Amino acid sequence: MDIRVRHASHAYGGLAVLSDIDLVAPAGKILCLVGPSGCGKSTLLRLMGGLERPTSGAIELVGAPPSGCLNELTFVFQHFALLPWASVEGNVRFVLDHHRLSEAERAEIVADVLARTGLADFAEAWPRQLSGGMRQRVAIARALAVRPAVLLMDEPLSALDSQTREILMEDLVGLWTRAPFTAVYVTHNLAEAVRLGHAVAVMSRRPGRIREIVAIDTPLSERRPDDPELERVQARLWSLLRDEAIDADRELVDG
Amino acid sequence: MVDLSPARQPREADARPVPFRGGGFAPGRNRWAGLVVFVALIAFFEVGTRTGVISSLTMPPPSAVAQTLWRLVETGLLWQNLGPSLYRLAMGSLVGCGAGILVGFAIGLFTLARAGLVPLVSALFPIPKIALLPLFVIWFGIGEGSKVALIAFGTFTPTVVATFGAVDGVDRGLIRMAQSFGVPWLRIVTRVVLPDALAGILSGLRVSLAIGIVLLVAAEMLGARYGIGAYILEAGALYDLERLFAGVVILSVLGLLVSAGIGALERRLLRWRG
Ligand SMILES: Nc1ncnc2c1ncn2[C@@H]1O[C@H](COP(=O)(O)OP(=O)(O)OP(=O)(O)O)[C@@H](O)[C@H]1O
Ligand SMILES: [Mg+2]
Repeated sequence: MDIRVRHASHAYGGLAVLSDIDLVAPAGKILCLVGPSGCGKSTLLRLMGGLERPTSGAIELVGAPPSGCLNELTFVFQHFALLPWASVEGNVRFVLDHHRLSEAERAEIVADVLARTGLADFAEAWPRQLSGGMRQRVAIARALAVRPAVLLMDEPLSALDSQTREILMEDLVGLWTRAPFTAVYVTHNLAEAVRLGHAVAVMSRRPGRIREIVAIDTPLSERRPDDPELERVQARLWSLLRDEAIDADRELVDG
Repeated sequence: MVDLSPARQPREADARPVPFRGGGFAPGRNRWAGLVVFVALIAFFEVGTRTGVISSLTMPPPSAVAQTLWRLVETGLLWQNLGPSLYRLAMGSLVGCGAGILVGFAIGLFTLARAGLVPLVSALFPIPKIALLPLFVIWFGIGEGSKVALIAFGTFTPTVVATFGAVDGVDRGLIRMAQSFGVPWLRIVTRVVLPDALAGILSGLRVSLAIGIVLLVAAEMLGARYGIGAYILEAGALYDLERLFAGVVILSVLGLLVSAGIGALERRLLRWRG
């Protein structure tokens, strides 16, 4: 299922945050979204996920969701958003409980996603007992449990240290390679964008527009951290972002 | 290789341990400290009254109070007074706290309830509830009704305030998360808002129930045949200090039990906080 943003603009009060965004996240691909701080990436993601309505324009879903899909548009949050009073398993079950499923189906889904994210041994643990990386794995397991049509990920790795981030990136690549999912992936980290994105959309500073969309053809599973092709793309992304970032930074200082 | 060895080797005698500056700010559990305080206080008064340092006109010896308490148990007078009191407290606080939690949730969740009820609650809170007893007698009769209503009313306002404060403090990120997974509204309230607000609600209940006990005694002093309050009033009128203190001890024990009950509830329900 594709998700399509058509001429969407958004403003908070008088503050124009997004201006005439036209964007397609194609099915089975990861679309990364980069842009200077405050350019409206999180806002765009919330619009795509139906948590807010655009001031003008439209967000459309094109095509049928995958079979067995329980929640088409599913978020993975930067700060995990786990229920602290529920165990790892309880957190996954929380998003399944209101669906019409037999207990056997539920148990099967929970066991499956915990196994896929390497959490099978931690089903009974409380979130506070887990490291940041493990917590985000729980959030990813929870998102996978509802068989999403589109995963909306807002800086899912930026609360983690760089080693954990590297490992989780590999996990995401592994998850995608085994069962391709559609994702919109917001990040500040260009290395992350070129490792995970089939395409990277670069946004301008506020009010955010799509400045350019850079496609990366190397298959995800063949990308290496020191791949010269990826480094070239990353340098290009940085040159696109640099001026915007400098201006955005100055704007905040002056404002 | 970078040389990380210090430029000058300090003498071993210069070495000293890093002073510890952490710790504290995390009161733990200790069953005995509370008991020791009670025992010490009782022993002090026992010795004081026996040796005559404390006049028996001002303070009965704790042993005499204990004997009075025992007689109360033996003659069945204890239950005769405690039974009605417990009933009133239970009914009153059940109604008051129950309604308070519901209204608190409404204020925390709905704009209209907040706009309409917060001023009302603020206006009701400072009214000394005991002053309204005559009014309640007219409304609910001289019997149990007025006493239960008084306790219900008195526990209602603090429970409302604690509950809506707790609901206001619920993590918005978790609510957003639940919404993004399509969790229905009622389920979000019961499985996200309620657990997150529970700590605040329970600590509110502690206060509400203590207020309930105070009002219970006050109501019983103003008109009841049986009840701890009536018993204390009667003892006071006769200057029977032993019985007066026996009544006070019963109230203190009641307060302790309520507090222990809520503590147990907290440990059970808030286990996840570790
Ligand atoms: N609920 C809101 N009400 C008012 N203004 C908001 C709201 N949410 C975001 N904004 C403003 O909209 C602008 C874009 O915010 P947004 O969070 O989408 O940016 P972002 O690109 O995700 O930034 P960052 O890279 O720092 O995460 C910011 O200037 C922010 O202050
Ligand atoms: Mg953001």
